[in-house]
Parts: sequence; structure tokens; C-alpha cells
Amino acid sequence: MENKIEKTIELNAPVARVWRALTDYREFGEWFRVALEGPFVPGQPARGHITWPGYEHVVWQAIVQKMEPERLFSFTWHPYAVDPSVNYSSEPPTLVEFRLEPIPTGTRLTLTESGFENVPAHRRAEAFRMNDGGWTQQMKNIETHVAQKP
Amino acid sequence: MSPKSHKRARSPRPQQAILFAALGDDTRLALMAKLVSGKPASIAQLGAGSSLTRQAITKHLRVLERAGLVHSVRSGRERQFAFDPRPLDAMQHYLDRVSQQWDQALVRLKSFVET
Repeated sequence: MENKIEKTIELNAPVARVWRALTDYREFGEWFRVALEGPFVPGQPARGHITWPGYEHVVWQAIVQKMEPERLFSFTWHPYAVDPSVNYSSEPPTLVEFRLEPIPTGTRLTLTESGFENVPAHRRAEAFRMNDGGWTQQMKNIETHVAQKP
Repeated sequence: MSPKSHKRARSPRPQQAILFAALGDDTRLALMAKLVSGKPASIAQLGAGSSLTRQAITKHLRVLERAGLVHSVRSGRERQFAFDPRPLDAMQHYLDRVSQQWDQALVRLKSFVET
């Protein structure tokens, strides 16, 4: 059983373009679907409301860790922290890292999320329950939106 | 098995580190192998055919109990132990879910930077 998520994707865009999409708070918000209140600053919290239809009441929050230009962007957060009545801040966060690497066709982006061994068991179960119905529909909405606005 | 007869593991938040530690031992894996059939077993039954003392088995069961993998059921004067798959299921589901969300986010990122 893996306790880490790792994904690699090749993007047909230069590293500088991908870096901007990741670290400019407005651009990040576009594809991540969150209306951030201000720029990312290492060591500082970043927050904003989720912009997915039906989830606008949910506040997204992360703490920016590293910003090494065109190489590494990382933050800690609480995955699935979507219940406004729960204070997640006392729970151990996971670490999200985006690593960029130039390749002939553009950029190789490696995403890792680690630290799941510390996520409380009840939260893991909850994430599974809450996600099953609602998110599937939301994902369809997003796909439609992206298709309309290429 | 009525819910009343169940005694849940002491730790309300078994974490994955505890889970892995609990499973990282040959004796405990052997005990788990006997319990995964789904039928609760007593310490005497678990020790049958092995050289393990009652004390050693109790100690190992306690570790499994703390990880939420085993819970004890009182049956008359004897305690019986049953396998509980939920910690393993919850962990896998959770990672699957987070993983799927990233897949979708990365697809959105791709279309965002490539246009």
C-alpha cells in the first residue's frame, strides 16, 4: 500500500509558462478552481473560496512552502478539508510538491503528495463517503466548462 | 455478534504508521492470516499448533488492536478476537480519491497551459 501520490504529466508548454500557471495566484485559481485572495508567498497561508458550482461556501487553504523559480513549488494543506464546521488546523497536513523539468516538447511536471500516514483514519473514511456522489457531477461540470473555454 | 459485544480498539484514530508497524511482523501476520477468514478466535485457538505462549499472543494482539485491525469480542468468560478490515479499506479509498482529484486537476492544468 502506497502512502504517497505521484503523478507525472508532459505539458506542451515551456517551463516558464507552466511556472506561471502554478504560482500566479489568479492563474492557479483558474485551473484549480479557487478564487484566491492574494499572491503565493513562501511561509504564508494562501486562501480563497472554491469556485466549483455547489462548493462556493468552502474555503480553500494552504501554506506555501517553497517557490524555487521554474523548478519547485510546494505547499501543505488538508486534502478534503471541505466541511466548514470542522476545524482542520489541528490535524497534520500533507505536502504537495510540483516539480518542473524542461523536455524537448515542453515541460515534464511531477506532482507528489505525501504525509498521508498522518491523516486521521476518520478523515480518510469521511473523504471517501462525501466524495462519491457529489464530486462526480462537479467534475462533469468542469469538463464542460473547459471544453467551452479552450 | 451483537454490537454490544464488540469492544473497539482503544485508539480512535489509528494512523497509517501504526498500521504498517502492526503488519510488519511475521508473528502478527501469521495471527492475521488466521483471523482474516472472518471467524473470531480465542487466544487458545490462535496459539494451537504454534510454540507461542499465551502472553506473547496477547501482546501481539494488543498491537493489532491498537491499529484497529483486530477487535475483541467477549464470549462468555473468554475473549475472542476478530479481524476488522476497515482501516485497510479506508486508507485505500482515501488515496484513490485524492489521486483521482489530482488526475482531473492536472488535465485542467494541461489544457490551461497548452492553449
